[in-house]
Amino acid sequence: MIHIEGLCKKFGKNKVLSDLDLNIEEGGVFAVLGPNGSGKTTLIKSVLGMVVPDKGRISVMGEPIKKNWKYRKKIDYLPQIANFPGNLRVKELIRMIKDLRQGESNEEKLITLFKLEPFLDKKLSTLSGGTKQKVNIVLAFMFDSPLLILDEPTTGLDPASLIHLKELIREQKQKKKTILITSHIMQFVAEVSDIIIYLLEGDIYFKGTIAELKTKTAQTDLEHAIASIATTPAHV
Amino acid sequence: MFKILKYSFYDLIRSRWSYVYFLFYLLLGFVLLFLNNDISKAIITLMNVIIILVPLISTIFGIMYFYNSKEFTELLLAQPIKRSSIFLGQYFGVAGSLTLSLVFGLGIPFVLYGLFKSDAIFDFTLLLVTGAFLTLIFTVLSFNIALSNENKIKGFGYAVLLWLFLAVIYDGLFLMSLIVFKEYPLDGFSLAATMFNPIDLSRTLILLKLDISALLGYTGAVFKKFFGTDQGLFISMFMLVLWTVLPIWRLVIISKKKDF
Repeated sequence: MIHIEGLCKKFGKNKVLSDLDLNIEEGGVFAVLGPNGSGKTTLIKSVLGMVVPDKGRISVMGEPIKKNWKYRKKIDYLPQIANFPGNLRVKELIRMIKDLRQGESNEEKLITLFKLEPFLDKKLSTLSGGTKQKVNIVLAFMFDSPLLILDEPTTGLDPASLIHLKELIREQKQKKKTILITSHIMQFVAEVSDIIIYLLEGDIYFKGTIAELKTKTAQTDLEHAIASIATTPAHV
Repeated sequence: MFKILKYSFYDLIRSRWSYVYFLFYLLLGFVLLFLNNDISKAIITLMNVIIILVPLISTIFGIMYFYNSKEFTELLLAQPIKRSSIFLGQYFGVAGSLTLSLVFGLGIPFVLYGLFKSDAIFDFTLLLVTGAFLTLIFTVLSFNIALSNENKIKGFGYAVLLWLFLAVIYDGLFLMSLIVFKEYPLDGFSLAATMFNPIDLSRTLILLKLDISALLGYTGAVFKKFFGTDQGLFISMFMLVLWTVLPIWRLVIISKKKDF
């Protein structure tokens, strides 16, 4: 699905990704984890073409992404911070994104699911953080693309919405889609993901299932396993 | 690109500032016509206002729009849209709405006054075309500054400095160098110096067309002597096009390399 080879990226003197190789197979939920500043968002943004890598090759579904933009049709992206143009109304924003992407969409179902009807005519600048995140989720899930990238999808969500989000992810998984998630909430990761990708200092430190991670670190729960992974000498 | 243009344009058309800008020109047009009672004279006064004001407003509007639409840009970057389309669309949206404010704001009073019956219609059209060029040039310059500076305060500062330099300081330096080097032949130098400043270039262009030798000044006189009126018009128009196209080209190149 996604193939990354020798990816390097520096911001000024700060080396964020160093010679990263990663292969993400088709189907399943992949959780990209790592401490703050380990390069998770940079990795995701490189795949999306928002960050231009210094070195390395990335291909999405067999297509190299360099100087290419059409491959983004196959990706739905949920950004980490829900920043929207403030003077647009929720309805207008959804209509605009639909107009720009020109695909089948099922936003009505998602709007009802997250109870967003009362906010449709409100301006985005007046919404609370959690409501913005719900709009964000609607925008990311309303198209039926084979690859979903969710950067911190749980931020600001109330418990009911969190349950809906998990259901949505499970639903997408059943459709054999590939889902890439970053999160710091281990309980959420343990519930939804199949494969853990652990980033440390700009490189892949571990890639495998949760069970493999637990045996490797000799821990019984994921949170402790992740916390102790960096101190375990074994390296994949 | 046209979709982005459409959304940027609608976004701006709904903004209060577009109307303020439009109403300002409307008022200016009516007041000048009322005071001068003569279309040709009003055009000369307008020229002096346009040449300073259009660059200032375009620069500030351009830079504010770019920084304010950062979120919108980031949202678009993750969509299947070419990068150059995003930035060109936003640019033409801003420049287009500013140009419309200018053209309608000034056009309405002049048309009501009887522009079509007067022989100043070509002079007036040239004034609007020059105003449109200045809008295009200074908006793209401010977009370039904004794209190269993450820091808003810095970007804003550079943009205002750019305007101040081209509108005020440049002329001072130009004049001083003419005095300092008065022993030497300065025709070539002053021609080049005019070409390198879109504001001076516009002024010369309009004055050449209006054919008012008293207002031409030294550079205008050199321009006229060197190229004659028609060729002078053509060359200054060509330079204005270059001033527009080259920064747009840089905008496209830079936007392709930038990280978001």
